[in-house]
Amino acid sequence: MSVVEIIDLHKTYDVKSMPVKAVNGLSLQIEEGEFTAIVGPSGSGKTTLLNILGGLDNPTSGEVFIDKVRINSLSEKQKTEFRMRNIGYVFQAYNLIPVFTAFENVEFIMQLQGRHKTERVKRTKELLEAVGLGNRMDSRPSHLSGGQQQRVAVARALASRPRFILADEPTANLDSKSTENLLDIMEKLNREENMTFIFSTHDQRVVNNARRIITIEDGTVISDVTAG
Amino acid sequence: MIPLFAWRNIWRNKPRSLIIILSVTTGIFAGVFLMAFFNGMVNSRVEAVVRTEMSHIQIHQPGFSDNDQFSLRLTNCRSLIGELTNQSHVVAVSKRIVANAMIASSENSFGVTIKGVDPKTETEVTDLHSKIIEGSYLREELHNPVIISDRLASKLKVRLHQKIVLTLQDDHNNIVAGAFKIAGLFQTDNQMFDEGIVFVNNRDIARLTDIEEQEAHEIAIVIDQNKNTQTTVDGLRALFPHLDIKTWLELSPEAGALVGMMNQYTYIFTLIILLALCFGIVNTMLMVVLERTRELGMLLAIGMNRTRVFLMIMTETLFLAITGGVPGILLGWVATGYFRDKGIDLYFWKDAFGDIGFSSIIYPVVEIHTIVFTALMVMVTGVMAALYPAYRAMQLKPSKALQTN
Repeated sequence: MSVVEIIDLHKTYDVKSMPVKAVNGLSLQIEEGEFTAIVGPSGSGKTTLLNILGGLDNPTSGEVFIDKVRINSLSEKQKTEFRMRNIGYVFQAYNLIPVFTAFENVEFIMQLQGRHKTERVKRTKELLEAVGLGNRMDSRPSHLSGGQQQRVAVARALASRPRFILADEPTANLDSKSTENLLDIMEKLNREENMTFIFSTHDQRVVNNARRIITIEDGTVISDVTAG
Repeated sequence: MIPLFAWRNIWRNKPRSLIIILSVTTGIFAGVFLMAFFNGMVNSRVEAVVRTEMSHIQIHQPGFSDNDQFSLRLTNCRSLIGELTNQSHVVAVSKRIVANAMIASSENSFGVTIKGVDPKTETEVTDLHSKIIEGSYLREELHNPVIISDRLASKLKVRLHQKIVLTLQDDHNNIVAGAFKIAGLFQTDNQMFDEGIVFVNNRDIARLTDIEEQEAHEIAIVIDQNKNTQTTVDGLRALFPHLDIKTWLELSPEAGALVGMMNQYTYIFTLIILLALCFGIVNTMLMVVLERTRELGMLLAIGMNRTRVFLMIMTETLFLAITGGVPGILLGWVATGYFRDKGIDLYFWKDAFGDIGFSSIIYPVVEIHTIVFTALMVMVTGVMAALYPAYRAMQLKPSKALQTN
């Protein structure tokens, strides 16, 4: 079953009154439970694609369906609600809330969803245990290493029980050991919870772990390889 | 969650938050203290008008207040005073003969108003006896005593126990004159009052002008509390419809106007302070939004809706204003309490204050409605200051905000 379906996607920016095509007629499908890496040189359109996929940006033309919902026809308010319930984000710079503890960072999105406190506490604990931070729940981001912060970010992304996780260069700021650790956790979650992961990355270590590798150049897919 | 988030956000940049909180505290303290100061000035002026110059209520024959016509007198004052004394709220009553006269020494002469008072009852309706700075107050056993202000004595170039001559028209329009001995010199904060009024015994001026002792031009009434003035006057007007009964505010409209004007100035000054604070807070909160652009983008991306982002910035701003405002109000209240009994002596402006009838010693008074008004204005300032930064935060595009460094 397709979680994501993109049909003839175009995105053109005006840079100093000159049209620049960031995405140029891109089409693809991503199935449930995939562990997909989108790769390509800088400026190839990876981040633009992820932004459109996450409903953060609107395409110039084309269509994006997530679970059969055409997200580019949703209003801003509907998109925000849609993101909260269906998409988990992992950012390159972690982007945790610095004034919250690891626990509060993970719990926050469930509060936005209006979930009951008992459920929030249980799930937050489970997720932080799952990413190996059961003993750092009360630490603020400034007291965690980069790898630990990114693991909190993964736990936060999963907290809302999304349909898939969009990870934009999640390992770019991590050392080898932290990267390996993070990828192990993500693979485990992918395997055990059938969670769909979509990465945009330059990192060969991520590519090595991905089961599907989509290469983009000049806003179009130039190769789409599924590992055996 | 939003209140906790907002509260913690305030303390992310402690020095900056403390600076803005301190400026709010200082501004609000200044506002409260300024209001208390002006309130004290107004109260002391009202107190002077009521306790020294007018009393709460005065009764005259209709038409007397227009031109002080000597023949317009109240008759049978004894029974009238008896009836007045029995009215509720009335604390003391005294009758006065009032006449325009010329006061002359060997050096100078000036136009003045003579008030012929009964020394015993007059001390119950005014506090002029406590303003004597040299000599003594009027006494019945003295012959033709007069008390004048030290300012008038200085203009007449006379001293205590020296004689002056009062010349006026009697009841038959004859010019009469009497020599009076200066028994005491008084000093109030009102220069015009000091230079324009002299006090003599009621009996002496009645004899000089050939009128009955039971007659008077004016009956002065003191009541228990200023706030009961209008109620008492309304009751008296119903009882004595043929008499002209007025409150101190009606008798001295300039004092009422001054009180109103001072109140307006107080509110204008306070609003200016709050406006300045508002701009300071707006500036700080705009910096906050700018610095946290990426974080706000992240919040929008993960599904925090724009209304919540708006409310978060509003709450932060409100917390900043309240955190600074509450200590400011408390400080203002404490400082006012400290000076309420001690007073603030602005002796270097004594003459300037005296010219407009104010005391140079101010006893600041803060009232509960001032505190409530200030607290409300702090909240309103917080909300006003938050609107634009919160709107800016709400308008962020998450995809662009996330790319901000």
